[in-house]
Amino acid sequence: MNFYTEVKEGLFIAWDAIRANKLRSILTTLGIVIGVVTVTLMGTAIDGLNRAFLRSISMLGADVLYVSRTSWFIDSYEEWLKVRDRHDITLAQVRELEKQMTLARAIAPFVDSRRPVKYKNRNSSSVTVIGTTEQFQFTSGSAVAQGRFLTAEEADGGRPVCVIGFDVATNLFQQGPALSNKIKVGQQDFEVVGVLEKQGNFLGHFNLDNQVIIPVKQFLSGIWHDPDFEIQVKVADLKSLEDAKEELRGVMRKIRHVPPGKEDDFAINQQENFISTFNRVAGTIATAGLFITGLSLFVGGIGIMNIMFVSVAERTREIGVRKAIGAKRRTILVQFLIEAASICLLGGLLALAIAWPMTFLIGQFLPATLSLTVAGIALLVSILTGIVSGFFPAWRAARMNPVDALRNE
Amino acid sequence: MSLIRLQEISRQYQMGAEIIHALREVSVEIERGEYVAIMGPSGSGKSTLMNLLGCLDTATSGLYELNGVNVSEMDDNQLAGIRNKEIGFVFQTFNLLPRANALRNVELPLIYAGLANEERKRMALEALTQVGLADRIHHKPNELSGGQRQRVAVARALVTDPSIILADEPTGNLDSKTGEEIMALFETLSQKGNTIIVVTHEENVAQHARRVLRIRDGLIAGDERVERKLAAVAVS
Repeated sequence: MNFYTEVKEGLFIAWDAIRANKLRSILTTLGIVIGVVTVTLMGTAIDGLNRAFLRSISMLGADVLYVSRTSWFIDSYEEWLKVRDRHDITLAQVRELEKQMTLARAIAPFVDSRRPVKYKNRNSSSVTVIGTTEQFQFTSGSAVAQGRFLTAEEADGGRPVCVIGFDVATNLFQQGPALSNKIKVGQQDFEVVGVLEKQGNFLGHFNLDNQVIIPVKQFLSGIWHDPDFEIQVKVADLKSLEDAKEELRGVMRKIRHVPPGKEDDFAINQQENFISTFNRVAGTIATAGLFITGLSLFVGGIGIMNIMFVSVAERTREIGVRKAIGAKRRTILVQFLIEAASICLLGGLLALAIAWPMTFLIGQFLPATLSLTVAGIALLVSILTGIVSGFFPAWRAARMNPVDALRNE
Repeated sequence: MSLIRLQEISRQYQMGAEIIHALREVSVEIERGEYVAIMGPSGSGKSTLMNLLGCLDTATSGLYELNGVNVSEMDDNQLAGIRNKEIGFVFQTFNLLPRANALRNVELPLIYAGLANEERKRMALEALTQVGLADRIHHKPNELSGGQRQRVAVARALVTDPSIILADEPTGNLDSKTGEEIMALFETLSQKGNTIIVVTHEENVAQHARRVLRIRDGLIAGDERVERKLAAVAVS
């Protein structure tokens, strides 16, 4: 008897056995159902988290480098001690960089602070006020919905104009027109020259639409006299990102007078830093989560093993008959393995039927859908669970002595 | 060459500290086409002998040649192959698969022999026709009478065209009338040239055979040929 017929015959017998013990099969497979549901939902949630993150992070732009005094991610207290005494990045340094850097398409200084913003009797208590130049439009990739962005002259001259985020516009002006009106930021009036398109939030936390962009000179005179700047550098060509990064590093060292052989006293951050840090954290969460949910699958597997032992004991005589008329060990082994795998596969299918609508619930919070891959893996895992937990009982059946098995009452 | 050749076959069992000698150096030969009854009281070793003859068990010592092949040294899987090809079992309790219909029960040995579906169906139907159950092939065992069940079992034993049909108390669970019908069926099969070995403790069952082997205390106590008039067969 070849393997194909063995499997076919095994499926036939398994289906028969499951049908004969409907309630028992369903109860047994419940453990697998719960296990697979949790694993599937966990997998979908993690997948959704990844997607949400990558979607958010894409706002940073893969081709933008962010120079700041310290790295975005400080891993240890020692590192913090080392970086805390670094000198601020000043606007003069930004100007100098603009002059010397050749591989950049746009360079923008960036500084922000939270301030209340007022228009007539309406006010927003905490808005992110950003001081920058016209270049910010390119480094941040902001799109203007109404009016225009800051011009170079405005940025240099410090004329009191501003570009406001979508939410600020709706909060202060409601349905009315925003352009050409004056809003009060801190103590000073700014004329609205542009409204940005809606951008959403960054990592579910920072609302990118709740901001007011003003010329950097205005920021220095009106809000914060000597802030620590961040410099946003959009490279001319994504392919030469590494070259641009090297050039940027060299120029910054020169500007900040870092002697040769000494470490940089600034950090160049980029999207990648975020992604690698996220992947590290997400990897840990995924491992822990899948381990814990995997435990429930393991418990389900024990249930399958248990019921398979019962099934083998009940059908000792049948095994004896099958052996007497010519079933080999492997045939019996395959038969019971398939039975265990079939029960689990049934559980897996049931689990997917339950998990599928539940993923829509997750979809309310995360951009997650039950992917075909996750579904396929879930079914594969259930079959595997069946085979692993069914192996010991099946092995016992296969090794039965036909004389003893036939004598069994 | 004999179909079956047992040479100084012994079988011992370990029962706690005690060793039980179920068979003690039994030698016997059975020819193709014979109809043999093995008789003996319980504990005589006749079941052990049947298990050995049916390749369900192997001897502690001695030689067993079946159809010219030495089967005494074979492992589990090889014996399964021999059982499938050479031996058709008929049990006292029928031992049919309860959830499978008659046709499928009879098909089973052919499945293990690796035959294709159509071939199996054809042969199983043929065997069921031979035992007079052509109109019951889709019935499950619990929809059949005891005699009919045993006929299905006989059909299952026949279907592979084995060298031996080995029946263990085939009438033990049947009333005397149905029992006689089954014995008549064996008679027909014997006349068609099948080799039949019936293990029984009932004298009237044994009297259907042409040769009676009597076992006592693990030894062959008697080996007699039964000459019967045709009339006697007809009456019984």
